[in-house]
Amino acid sequence: MSRYRGGIGQWSWILHRVTGVGVLVFLCLHILDTALVVLGPDHYNAVIQLYRHPVFRVMEIGLFASVLFHALNGLRITILDVWVGLMRFHKPLFQLEMILFAVAMVPVTWIMLRPLLR
Amino acid sequence: MEIRIKIQRFDPERDEAPHWRQYQVGAQPMDRVLDVLHTVRWQHDGGLAFRRSCGHGICGSDAMEINGRNRLACKELVKSLRQPITVAPMRGFRVVKDLMVDMTAFFEKYRAVRPYLMTDDAPPEKERLQSPEQRERYDDTTKCILCGACTTACPSFWANGKFLGPAAIVQAHRFLMDSRDQGAEQRAGVLNDASGVWRCRTIFNCTDACPRGIQVTKAIGDVKKLLVARSASPDGPPARAQRAGGPPSA
Repeated sequence: MSRYRGGIGQWSWILHRVTGVGVLVFLCLHILDTALVVLGPDHYNAVIQLYRHPVFRVMEIGLFASVLFHALNGLRITILDVWVGLMRFHKPLFQLEMILFAVAMVPVTWIMLRPLLR
Repeated sequence: MEIRIKIQRFDPERDEAPHWRQYQVGAQPMDRVLDVLHTVRWQHDGGLAFRRSCGHGICGSDAMEINGRNRLACKELVKSLRQPITVAPMRGFRVVKDLMVDMTAFFEKYRAVRPYLMTDDAPPEKERLQSPEQRERYDDTTKCILCGACTTACPSFWANGKFLGPAAIVQAHRFLMDSRDQGAEQRAGVLNDASGVWRCRTIFNCTDACPRGIQVTKAIGDVKKLLVARSASPDGPPARAQRAGGPPSA
């Protein structure tokens, strides 16, 4: 089957779903690794040590990006659902969302990567 | 000019699955996709099946997926399309043959929202009057031609064929927002349902697909808000509230 060439709304919806599932999967994993503490501090420390690995650090930026996009996009949809008249501006609103996303991502990425660059 | 067009073909009596077939045909720059489909059918392959009636964007018979987007074949100029032009049937409906789809369920949902004026009031002596402002509230949704482009552009509908779909909700909007109508109560059952308006995810594919330029997602948003107001109102349906202001005096 070929791909339907929907607009910004379709792609932001797909991204909303993907980031939502991604954050949920992380949350489940995080509950599991935190639960290891019941087996003793050694197990817990060994797993938490994994998060200090550079690859995990980069993946954490992805996690932050997912949460941020999901939150901003959810806010945009909520605003549109409450103030229906704004729907005619849904494309500029998405652009504004992306600007806010970028503005938040640049310093956060720097802060999260800085320990790796030292 | 020469046009390359790829058409999705499917004959349920012969084919196991749909397949693409490409044609190269002569066309004028001002030809529409419908003209090219006619050329293919009349000069190259008489077996090609598609619907069309008025051929001028009014009847809504020839909605199909053109270059990946739902459009009316009679409104798309070939010169503005990237080649090869791809033409496929609308998604989410059973394909009867080639570009013809079974729209039985689509029209069942249309009927389910009771798309006609419902009122308990005794018929007036002359017309049921309303002000220009009251008329304006549903002006946009009177333009619907029931082509199905919005419903079959909707990912929620692709995922769940039970979803009422944007077209039926647009039809409901046209009467729910009408100051003369009192049928909100009867329509609420089918609209305020898991397969009703709440399956809309505010994706805007319907708005982008509508060949009449109807703000479909906004109309669905209006209906959502009306249903929320209805359930929140202790005095019953705000169909009465909509009538506030009353009709202009004759």
